[in-house]
Amino acid sequence: MNAHLLLTLPIAVPLLSVALGALLHPWPRAQRWASLAGSVLLLAASLALLQAVYGGTVLATQFGQWAAPFGISFVADLFSAAMVVITGLMAVVISIYALADGARERERAWFHPLYHGLLLGVTGAFLTGDIFNLYVWFEVMLIASFGLLVQGGTRAQLDAGVKYVVLNLLVTTLFLMGVGFLYGLTGTLNMADLARTLPTVGNTGLVTTLAVLFLLAFGAKAAVFPLFFWLPAAYHTASAPVVAIFAALLTKVGVYAILRCFTLLFGADIGFIGPIVGVLAVLTMVTGVLGAASHYDIRRILSFHIISQIGYMLVGLAVATPLAIAGAILYVLHHIVVKANLFLIAGAVRLAGGSYDLKRIGGLHRSAPVLALLFAVPALSLAGLPPLSGFWAKFVVIRSSLDAGHVALAVAALAVGALTLYSMLKIWNEAFWKAAPPLSQEAARQWRANPAARAAMLVPIGALAAVTLTIGLWTQPFVDFSLRAAEQLLAREPYVQAVLATRPSAAPAAPFNDPGVAP
Amino acid sequence: METLYALTFGAMLAAALYLLMSRNLLRMVLGLLLMGNAVNLAIFTGGRLSSAVPPLVPEGARDLVVSANPLPQALILTAIVISFSLVAYAVVLFERSHRALGTLDPDAMGAAEPEAAPAGHPVRAEERA
Repeated sequence: MNAHLLLTLPIAVPLLSVALGALLHPWPRAQRWASLAGSVLLLAASLALLQAVYGGTVLATQFGQWAAPFGISFVADLFSAAMVVITGLMAVVISIYALADGARERERAWFHPLYHGLLLGVTGAFLTGDIFNLYVWFEVMLIASFGLLVQGGTRAQLDAGVKYVVLNLLVTTLFLMGVGFLYGLTGTLNMADLARTLPTVGNTGLVTTLAVLFLLAFGAKAAVFPLFFWLPAAYHTASAPVVAIFAALLTKVGVYAILRCFTLLFGADIGFIGPIVGVLAVLTMVTGVLGAASHYDIRRILSFHIISQIGYMLVGLAVATPLAIAGAILYVLHHIVVKANLFLIAGAVRLAGGSYDLKRIGGLHRSAPVLALLFAVPALSLAGLPPLSGFWAKFVVIRSSLDAGHVALAVAALAVGALTLYSMLKIWNEAFWKAAPPLSQEAARQWRANPAARAAMLVPIGALAAVTLTIGLWTQPFVDFSLRAAEQLLAREPYVQAVLATRPSAAPAAPFNDPGVAP
Repeated sequence: METLYALTFGAMLAAALYLLMSRNLLRMVLGLLLMGNAVNLAIFTGGRLSSAVPPLVPEGARDLVVSANPLPQALILTAIVISFSLVAYAVVLFERSHRALGTLDPDAMGAAEPEAAPAGHPVRAEERA
């Protein structure tokens, strides 16, 4: 398959699924199968893309026969291809899970088209090579997430929706402002072209200001301290499959954008950005984990843990050695699987135990033993216990910060790991271990009587637990892959070459050798 | 001329941020709209102002010769469409929240994060659902 097709399919498949899902809305069964098929096709397309870039080549294509840097480029390197694959994996797993509890109500509220719209925005953001186009994909992702968040129309969801919508609109507008200024400064929006042009800009003060503006906008997307408020205010009100896909992908698009911009565009070594990111990373880790410790609703505990885990990814950027960036990449990949799985488990706990509130439920180790076993894998992985994936991801991040002499970052990362274990033990003790109150006894009876819902929940949870175990027990290939992806990110030149070399033969040569292209 | 545009952008952004800090959802919507327009003006100014002809390729010719920069206009058009749809969604959402929660003050909407619900306190039925 040629590069154009490989890069178009991960966008085209979810786009078709959106259309098909909307057309099939009156026929729930057909809609369900179409949605599942769309997710499987997305995974297949993303695997084909990963296979094509696995050797280390960077694939790039231009749309509409406009030569780079004038047309919109789509680019896949190891990092973005891996992100698309993990998005495809989440798409399939959560599509299956969404067949369980409450599927009808969600489908009436247009779950399937919105779900694929979200996937469309996410894969688009991972693959685009144009910073304005990145803004467009952010908005695609946002509008779909707005719809998904308030699907139930409950009071809590409306309240959460107001905060989520306002804060997210505000930061995407800030991002757009940054894009506009960047264009005014350089005269280009193509990220490969920007990578060439930005170092030649004389006004370094303005470049640094723009870098901080982008850090602000992407940091708010990624729920970095102190811009995380929208996340714990909103996530816990959505239904289990919706919050699982949010937790897996939305903040990670922010992390991806930070990593991409601060390697390709600004360079990770830009002045004081490193220390700032380091401080933000520690504060993000600590506030997240302390926020989690104070809650008794599983979803709110897990929401705060998203924030604390984002901190670990930022540590990678703060240290900015190849090993540290590799650690951040490995952390993102591991975290997406684990966090989505924990939210899926939270949904199953609600069904088997009767509530999300840990104080009201119990006894699940007896009434749902398989679930209890499957909970242990992502929970211990999140806390970073060997030999699970979280241990290796934390190991690489902490090792790299020690190598670079950032002892404080390493100490904070270790301490937060211990506190994470505390939260996971709290969920274990309250939901699984203590004796079942009447509410849970009643729920457990219904859980046992409904094998179809049980299977639709436990199969995806088991599959994700298997992925976590695989990364944990067979780590070397994943670490090697992350290292190669990090080296590719930091090298920059392969990316720039790949984009600016793909020129449709009919178009005239672009004058990108001239540094003074400002209009 | 560019200085005037830059100052206008600054004034619009300041007004937008002032409105966004208000505790009234209606004023916040206006703030979001104004902020979107301020940013559009910034993009337009970033593309450089000139009193050139519109960017239309004359009949028979292949290239634009001397004309206004068409790219900022394309960017702004995209941004206007996106911000229009998002603000339209926000207005509907705010109206719905106002009806369901009975207030326009986002701080007074405590439905998602009920204040001081002590640990173990029974949660409302819709919280569980």
